[in-house]
Amino acid sequence: MDFVQNIPFFSILLSLFSGTVTSMVNGKWAKRINAFIITVIMAMSTVLLFYLLGTKESYTFMMGHFPAPWGNEIRAGVLEALMALFFCIIMLLSLVGGRGHLEREIAPSKQNLYYILINLLLSSLLALIYTNDLFTAYVFVEINTISACGLIMIRQNGHTFEAAVRYMIMSLLGSGLLLLGICILYDCTGHLLMSNIKSSIIMMAATGDYHIPLVVAIAFICVGLAIKSALFPFHSWLPNAYGYSTASSAAILSSLVSKGYIFLLIKICYRVIGWEVILSSKVIHILFLFGLCGMIMGSLSAISENDIRRMIAFSSVAQIGYIYMGIGLGTLEGMTASIYHILSHAATKSLLFIAAVGLTDTSGQSKKFIDLTGAAYRNKPAGIAFTVGALSMVGIPGFSGFISKLLFGTACIQNTPYKMLPTLICLGISTILNAIYFMKTVIRIYTPVKSPYDNMPVKKSFRYAGALVCFVILNIVLGMCSTPIVNMIQMGLKMFS
Amino acid sequence: MGFGPNLSVNYAEAVSMILFAIGFTNLLLQKNLIKKIIGLNIMDTATYLFLALKGYIQGRVAPIVVDGVQEVEAYINPIPGGLVLTGIVVSVSVSALMLSLTIRLYRRYHTLDLDEISTLLKKEEN
Repeated sequence: MDFVQNIPFFSILLSLFSGTVTSMVNGKWAKRINAFIITVIMAMSTVLLFYLLGTKESYTFMMGHFPAPWGNEIRAGVLEALMALFFCIIMLLSLVGGRGHLEREIAPSKQNLYYILINLLLSSLLALIYTNDLFTAYVFVEINTISACGLIMIRQNGHTFEAAVRYMIMSLLGSGLLLLGICILYDCTGHLLMSNIKSSIIMMAATGDYHIPLVVAIAFICVGLAIKSALFPFHSWLPNAYGYSTASSAAILSSLVSKGYIFLLIKICYRVIGWEVILSSKVIHILFLFGLCGMIMGSLSAISENDIRRMIAFSSVAQIGYIYMGIGLGTLEGMTASIYHILSHAATKSLLFIAAVGLTDTSGQSKKFIDLTGAAYRNKPAGIAFTVGALSMVGIPGFSGFISKLLFGTACIQNTPYKMLPTLICLGISTILNAIYFMKTVIRIYTPVKSPYDNMPVKKSFRYAGALVCFVILNIVLGMCSTPIVNMIQMGLKMFS
Repeated sequence: MGFGPNLSVNYAEAVSMILFAIGFTNLLLQKNLIKKIIGLNIMDTATYLFLALKGYIQGRVAPIVVDGVQEVEAYINPIPGGLVLTGIVVSVSVSALMLSLTIRLYRRYHTLDLDEISTLLKKEEN
């Protein structure tokens, strides 16, 4: 076994371990340790990605000294390494971009607690990405939920407490269903490791045994993870949670936490239940339908919103609809488009949240559109970055959003007419709605008017501008050099089965 | 294939599913935060009941070696027990988190009704 193969295990453990270390130091050192650890994990994930691209095959890593049916396992392929690398980049940039706000909005005595939560969140995300054991996945889903709840409520006011309670209620409903689904699967198959469950399920599907429990378990797992990742009818907690928490939290929650669950769902579809069984169970048609509804309803809610942060939050609902629509198409192309959209949306949405915070800062902390008029002139980097994010979300060529829309379009054209027509219509309507609310905002922030905030001193921050530049570059790289990334995603999906 | 014979054999599993549904609806629909948390605990406990039922095999004993190692057939499967323990730890910690959030909200708004808290928040904003 190569030494490189230890990387997934090291990154999960390093992140957990740094959580304990940061609990003992003050805020400043916690910040440094945290940034260092994320950078180290980022570098290690890059090494792992190149190693896997070289060997062209995934591997499983035995935890402890017990072999397959008994012990716990970690598994790494190209897709997992790519996700881990990408999540680390987004997390680091979101933290750097929102650092000014973190220092202002969180009491100094609680600064280090924030970084503990970040470390826990990162380790749980990495574990969700790498684990090969369903029950481990469940435990880390709960750790993820608890730390995400902490990220929402660490900025202490009534709104965040209410948002945290609502978030917890929805999440707990989701994880209850997920746990029950996992238990039923375990009872039917007698295994907890993903590969063993899959071979049992293939046998069950061939003989027709336990058909009803299997469909019920698939439905419970899909619905549970859909609730947790805020698919359309279950998004009631989302606007407040993203709208009132501190900027870094909003960026991380929208671009990483919900994506972690979606990635777990994709992994369960391929690695646990098997793609053929999922297709024959027809559960993905429900996800497809809700995805389509989410694409339209999320955008409609965003148009009627009067608060910039809540508008971006509602846009997230629409984008999560896109991802579920791609999964629901039930083809390899649809899945590739969904995973590409996970990356593209993560890069764009965190950029928008961080840029929006710069705009509100120069408008007397008001998030109302009326006060934001002309804000792009007062804070130029934030204005440009917001425009880039908005163009990417709408799907202008050259930015990442265009590629994901293109992939979705090609995926649905290759599909059956029953799914092709509604998808194309919804894609079209949703793009127009996207354009309406994002262009409305861009025009407003570039309207030159006299405003009471014109003479307010703007604190220039190179850290903030640097983070925005990195985000913009990431977006353009995703938009311009999409072919190698799409190839990596397809290679990773092949490794799944 | 009818449901009759299956139901009479697996009636305990059916009970645990009904309990799960009761807990689920309570967590989703109750307005009172404390009742929601009680619903959460009923839901989680129902899952543990289900796991424990599936792990039990008629006529065998708990996998604790008392006098010398007996053959495997003497014991029940220990893994569901382990899963239940892990689940209990998780559910205790989320209950604690929910309760602490409830205390915070109660101190601020003097009510346990989540909808009322939302109305108060909207008033606070204007």
